[in-house]
Amino acid sequence: MDFKRIVLLSGHYGSGKTNIAVNIAKELKKQHDRVVIADVDIVNPYFRAADSRKELEDAGIRLLCSEFASSNVDLPALPQDIYSITDDRSLSAVFDVGGDDRGALALGRWRDAIMQEDNYEMLLVINCYRPLTRNVPDTLEVMHEIEYAAGMRFTAIVNNSNLAGETTPETVLNSMQYAKDVSDATGLPVKMTTVFEHLYPSLEGKIENLFPLKLQDKII
Amino acid sequence: MSEKVLMKGNEALAEAAIQAGCRHYFGYPITPQTEVAAYMAKRMPKIGGTFLQAESEIADINMVYGVASTGYRVMTSSSSPGISLKSEGLSYMAGADLPALVVNVQRGGPGLGGIQPSQSDYFQATKGGGHGDYHMIVLAPSSVQEMADLTIKGFDLADKYRMTSMILADGTIGQMMEPVSITAPEKKEYDKSWTVTGTKMQRKHNIINSLFLDPDELERSNFARYEKYAKIEAEEAMAENYLMDDAEICVVAFGIAARVAKNAITEARRQGIKVGLVRPITLWPFPVNDLKAAAEKCHTFLSVELSMGQMIYDIRMATDCRRPVELCNRAGGIIPSPEEVYAKIIDIAKKGGNL
Repeated sequence: MDFKRIVLLSGHYGSGKTNIAVNIAKELKKQHDRVVIADVDIVNPYFRAADSRKELEDAGIRLLCSEFASSNVDLPALPQDIYSITDDRSLSAVFDVGGDDRGALALGRWRDAIMQEDNYEMLLVINCYRPLTRNVPDTLEVMHEIEYAAGMRFTAIVNNSNLAGETTPETVLNSMQYAKDVSDATGLPVKMTTVFEHLYPSLEGKIENLFPLKLQDKII
Repeated sequence: MSEKVLMKGNEALAEAAIQAGCRHYFGYPITPQTEVAAYMAKRMPKIGGTFLQAESEIADINMVYGVASTGYRVMTSSSSPGISLKSEGLSYMAGADLPALVVNVQRGGPGLGGIQPSQSDYFQATKGGGHGDYHMIVLAPSSVQEMADLTIKGFDLADKYRMTSMILADGTIGQMMEPVSITAPEKKEYDKSWTVTGTKMQRKHNIINSLFLDPDELERSNFARYEKYAKIEAEEAMAENYLMDDAEICVVAFGIAARVAKNAITEARRQGIKVGLVRPITLWPFPVNDLKAAAEKCHTFLSVELSMGQMIYDIRMATDCRRPVELCNRAGGIIPSPEEVYAKIIDIAKKGGNL
């Protein structure tokens, strides 16, 4: 699957952005030498790309994130290193943006440089099993709030519809109409439908642009 | 919303409150419960409800007092330091016998502490964080589904007994995502003759107050309230008994600690150790009878807590100190690992004990 130099992932909180960001970064690493993932979530101090620090390091992917991520310090601070993504065009980068419009506000810092270079894609992560994005109008509402806050428009959709551990192939198949409806209403293509890797074999060939996800480690 | 959806504990709690008929939410943001407020801010305007971010926790609990006086379902939520700020209001509400739901998604303390999960507000919740003789009904969810179910239960108990129910969760239960189904509960009727909703010149006016100028009258109100508490202790205690039938060691844990404990117990059972779990679902009233029954056949108890050991005192009291009660705990926002709990169980099994 081809990606632009900078991949921005945004969406409703809990839509699965971070997990997808980590997986896309690993996919990029197969194609590019220097891959970075920037955790620019200024909203949620739990469940961060930083939780996969070791896994990312082992894969040779550089993690740029607040030094306070997953700590006791609830500060919306971001490190200056993240500017290296827009300064150094030899990098391949994934931005894991925080949830909703509040999270997308952080993108404003890099918006101008990203848009000037114009080698980016901004992906809207959607899950029809999340209560506030169950249908097209509600999903569009979240999408427009994010675009307004970020000052940027989405370029494609990632259908990450799932019910966590209770996801079955049907769970994913039943979400395809919703993804198509969001696509029709927005004019944005569905770039990929993501599934947990153990479900990939049973859905392969049935869904276009299927992308397997390895889950981040869970403690409980 | 009867079919399954994927929700954070905080969201499930908020949606369940709406399904339970709550249309008034007053709060102030604090990690790790902010999603409750965020969810209410999005949903309440769409269903004709009120979401209000107050200027402080002290303000919001007094707004809760106001709505509760009218008999409408009302709630507030916060995390540990915010609950301390609300505690004056909680005492006033107890003194005025007002039903409401208060949510504490605990974080590490004391003081400003940290934002990671904790259970160290057990004393505050079960022994009364505010002043005076009073209790709250305290419910301890252990899953996202229970965040929803116990919220509905909490509103019902609050209305049934005219008192505050508290959901005592922790940062993990609030933040974790699980599939959940939430259905609107059957609407029950409760006595609302005491509310201040206008007399229409047809009855004597009601007064909601916690001030008694006559000490005898104040004493009578305290005794009356404690008669109610005795009834609740007798009828409303809830616990889950897990693999307790043949257990010789009894682990006691609630909330996220119970989930960790279950993992450890599963492993210990594989090694042939007869160990079970009593998971209190109500922390007040404490499930005394389940623990008394466990004390008949278990030689040792193990309290697993995300605190320096608070529930352990209730276990000792419930069992009249008949058995040793050991502690496996982490504090400051750290969750005991299944391995740590398992090691402690093995330790106890090796030591053995007398019955």
